[in-house]
Amino acid sequence: MTRQLHPDFEPVIGLEVHAQLLTKSKAFCACSTRFGDEPNSNVCPVCLGMPGVLPILNRNLVEFTIKMGLATHCTIANRSIFARKNYFYPDLPKGYQISQYEEPICTGGFVEIELQDGSRKRIGITRIHMEEDAGKSIHDQGAETLVDVNRCGVPLMEIVSQPDLRSPHEAYQYLFKIKQIVTYLGICDGNMEEGSLRCDANVSVRRKGETRLGTKTELKNLNSFRFVERALEYEIHRQIDLLGHGEHVEQETLLWNADEGIAVPMRSKEEAHDYRYFPDPDLVPVVVTSDWLEEIRTTLPELPTERRDRFLRQYHLPKYDADILTTERPLADYFEEVVRALTPQNDETYKLASNWTMTDVLRVVNTEKIQIADFHISPSRLGEMINLIVDGTISSKIAKDVFEEMLRSKDSPRTIVEKKGLMQVSDEGTIERIVDEVIAKNQNQVEQFKSGKQQVFGYLVGETMKASKGKANPKLVNELLRKKLAHAEET
Amino acid sequence: MSVTRKDVEHIAKLAKLEFTEEEKETFTHQLNDILAYMEQLNRLDTEKVEPLSHVIELSNVFREDEVKRGLKTEEALKNAPSKNEKFFKVPKVIGDT
Ligand SMILES: [Zn+2]
Repeated sequence: MTRQLHPDFEPVIGLEVHAQLLTKSKAFCACSTRFGDEPNSNVCPVCLGMPGVLPILNRNLVEFTIKMGLATHCTIANRSIFARKNYFYPDLPKGYQISQYEEPICTGGFVEIELQDGSRKRIGITRIHMEEDAGKSIHDQGAETLVDVNRCGVPLMEIVSQPDLRSPHEAYQYLFKIKQIVTYLGICDGNMEEGSLRCDANVSVRRKGETRLGTKTELKNLNSFRFVERALEYEIHRQIDLLGHGEHVEQETLLWNADEGIAVPMRSKEEAHDYRYFPDPDLVPVVVTSDWLEEIRTTLPELPTERRDRFLRQYHLPKYDADILTTERPLADYFEEVVRALTPQNDETYKLASNWTMTDVLRVVNTEKIQIADFHISPSRLGEMINLIVDGTISSKIAKDVFEEMLRSKDSPRTIVEKKGLMQVSDEGTIERIVDEVIAKNQNQVEQFKSGKQQVFGYLVGETMKASKGKANPKLVNELLRKKLAHAEET
Repeated sequence: MSVTRKDVEHIAKLAKLEFTEEEKETFTHQLNDILAYMEQLNRLDTEKVEPLSHVIELSNVFREDEVKRGLKTEEALKNAPSKNEKFFKVPKVIGDT
């Protein structure tokens, strides 16, 4: 699918991301926002658009949006107002959507994305504003359309980027960063497949060196991370092909069809874009004082990029590890709790904690499709197990078995090691006896070793480990075997 | 600024209203009369006046984020001209939001 972009052209992409905010109640009424409830069960006169009702703004909608604004270096407006966006659609009972048009709450910020060469690029954020979601229409039910109003009035935050993105991959990186930030902030669950994060793109192409923007199209329905890149690639190629043949790009809205891998023009809704915005007389302005702003600022958690950079500084982890561990906040929290349980705490044990978290923990979490929070081994238990490796109680190899057992039982790693007799054998006398047996049984190999065939040594170590059922301390096995073989050589 | 017949048709379409030819004629005149009357305001110098979106000097009216039970489904659907047990029914809409 991935086709090289034409070298004479560059794409110009801006994204509009809608994030559903994790409030308990709706934006302007007290109905529940819970997903998956019975149709039309979370409704009231306000969200049904009954005449004479008054919307009252949910404080958390404002605070969550301000958090996003602060996390993306936006200016938070001292005063901001709501507007009505007018259009008729059955899933919008009022005939208008409450949104912000002039004077949105956040303007002029940026997020940083990382490019493939490791450099960082700033993507401008034009604005972030508050609005409400529409309901849901179900079309495939006979001659009529069914309407569920539950989602009507659920709070959304719309994040509009500058047209700063220059490739589908940059768009993907940007979207991933937005998802990371909203989930770190705990204001949105970031689930694209369930529609908590939705993405539309404005796309145009131009000849390299050209400073004016080409005619853009709007791509809708990019509701998974995979689709975003694929749909953008498709649309960029389509536009380049048109321009390459001397034709022009029509300004239109396209709907991505994931099944067929094509973007189809939306049935043109005449005058669809005449929304006739005007200030909503039912909602008074939001005034954000500096005290309130500072109060919100103090609740901001450490953000993904900062945390990644701290992991590099504090734990001296490779960049690869730090990137993976900070992908999601729960994973980064898990790792840091493992670290808290470690004795001693040094670069070696940090790296062990990182390896076990990235490979073993993530493997189970991914195959079982569970959340880190539901993972059977608590971080402190994993930390204890790592301590057993570090103090020589078990070998790294045996640790894999202990880990498997910990998935099944609630016992502490030490109890498991004792119950199953998995203790590493570090008693010289015992190991010496095993080494002697191995030497006696493998006279051929010993002769080969003596005649200079060094590789045989590894085989003998393996035999000794096998004879000890994996429990012998590998360091001691090495030492004793060398000593014995050297001794055998002299005789 | 004057309203043409075309403007009236446009506004009617957006409002999902249908008018006869005479009505369109009447409304074109009436809307122009109203605008002409409002034009009087332009005689005032508003250069240094902030636009006003609300007549009352109020800000920050909030509710705390708490859930309260709204209407039961059957209550919510009560006035609907067409419905089934759980849904509002509307004439088939094709296309997309
Ligand atoms: Zn409601």
